Amino acid sequence: MKLQKNTRLALYSVLEFAADPARHIAASSIAERYDVSPHHLAKVLSELARAGVVESVRGVGGGYRFAANARRLTLLDVIQLFEDFDGRDERREGGDDTPVGRALATVLEEVDEMARATFATITLATMLRIVERHRK
Amino acid sequence: MRAADLDAVIAIDTRVTGIEKRAYWQGVYKRYGASRSEGRQFLVADAGGVVAGFVIGEVRDWEFGSPPCGWVFAIDVDPDARQAGVGTRLLAAICAGFRAAGVTKVRTMLSRDNRLILSFFRSQGMMAAPFIPLEMDA
Ligand SMILES: CC(C)(COP(=O)(O)OP(=O)(O)OC[C@H]1O[C@@H](n2cnc3c(N)ncnc32)[C@H](O)[C@@H]1OP(=O)(O)O)[C@@H](O)C(=O)NCCC(=O)NCCS
Repeated sequence: MKLQKNTRLALYSVLEFAADPARHIAASSIAERYDVSPHHLAKVLSELARAGVVESVRGVGGGYRFAANARRLTLLDVIQLFEDFDGRDERREGGDDTPVGRALATVLEEVDEMARATFATITLATMLRIVERHRK
Repeated sequence: MRAADLDAVIAIDTRVTGIEKRAYWQGVYKRYGASRSEGRQFLVADAGGVVAGFVIGEVRDWEFGSPPCGWVFAIDVDPDARQAGVGTRLLAAICAGFRAAGVTKVRTMLSRDNRLILSFFRSQGMMAAPFIPLEMDA
């Protein structure tokens, strides 16, 4: 299982903000910590702001702060802002309508269902506890 | 869990599932409530004399080659008493019982579609177990 780069960046950022909801954090400090380009991160953060997950803070230092409910916002909610994870893949590929193609689709759907059920039931609050376990 | 609590348990289950299963619950009580032995537990949350929820589980030995573990097979909190920590305390209580029975792993199995209860168990620290549930038409 792999998430797209923007999605990973979004999750890193959201978890940084959610860990300390009162604090506003400069984009540059997240870019540094996760070793990503500030330009790339800026796009991700403005998308998160547009969705209301974070809000921008004006004035000295600037940056963003968390604006959602960490106990209800799930990993899937964040992932969905950046890639299509719910619903079936509607793209048609050659061979889809053959018995092998349909069998393969059934097996892939099994894997996707599992991934969705996992991402949809891990809230940011739960994820922060998992993060804590990885600090040691 | 006392015999007198059974009606309240049945009422919560009926409210949550929409189907009253009195005979089933009497069987569960006989097996898990009345007999305290063999790592079986049927616990109720007592909120000032009112049953606010329940949890049922048992120690299972060497199923599919896995060492004994605690198995939680039902947990329900009265819809009016939810999101106040009752579920958390029920799970903590049954885990304490499992530890007393000498097991250190707790497992459960849930419908993939029941996101409420999945989120609850996740919030308590549960992660996917190294098993995959399978089924077929018999
Ligand atoms: C799941 C259930 C047991 C939780 O009981 P509860 O007493 O409300 O749980 P708690 O108050 O201890 O909540 C603990 C955590 O669970 C999660 N949770 C509980 N209710 C939630 C909800 N409605 N949405 C999302 N997460 C929720 C949260 O992470 C919560 O932590 P928080 O309070 O910090 O947000 C209860 O909702 C229930 O009985 N649901 C029906 C269960 C069912 O379907 N049973 C039949 C199959 S066995």
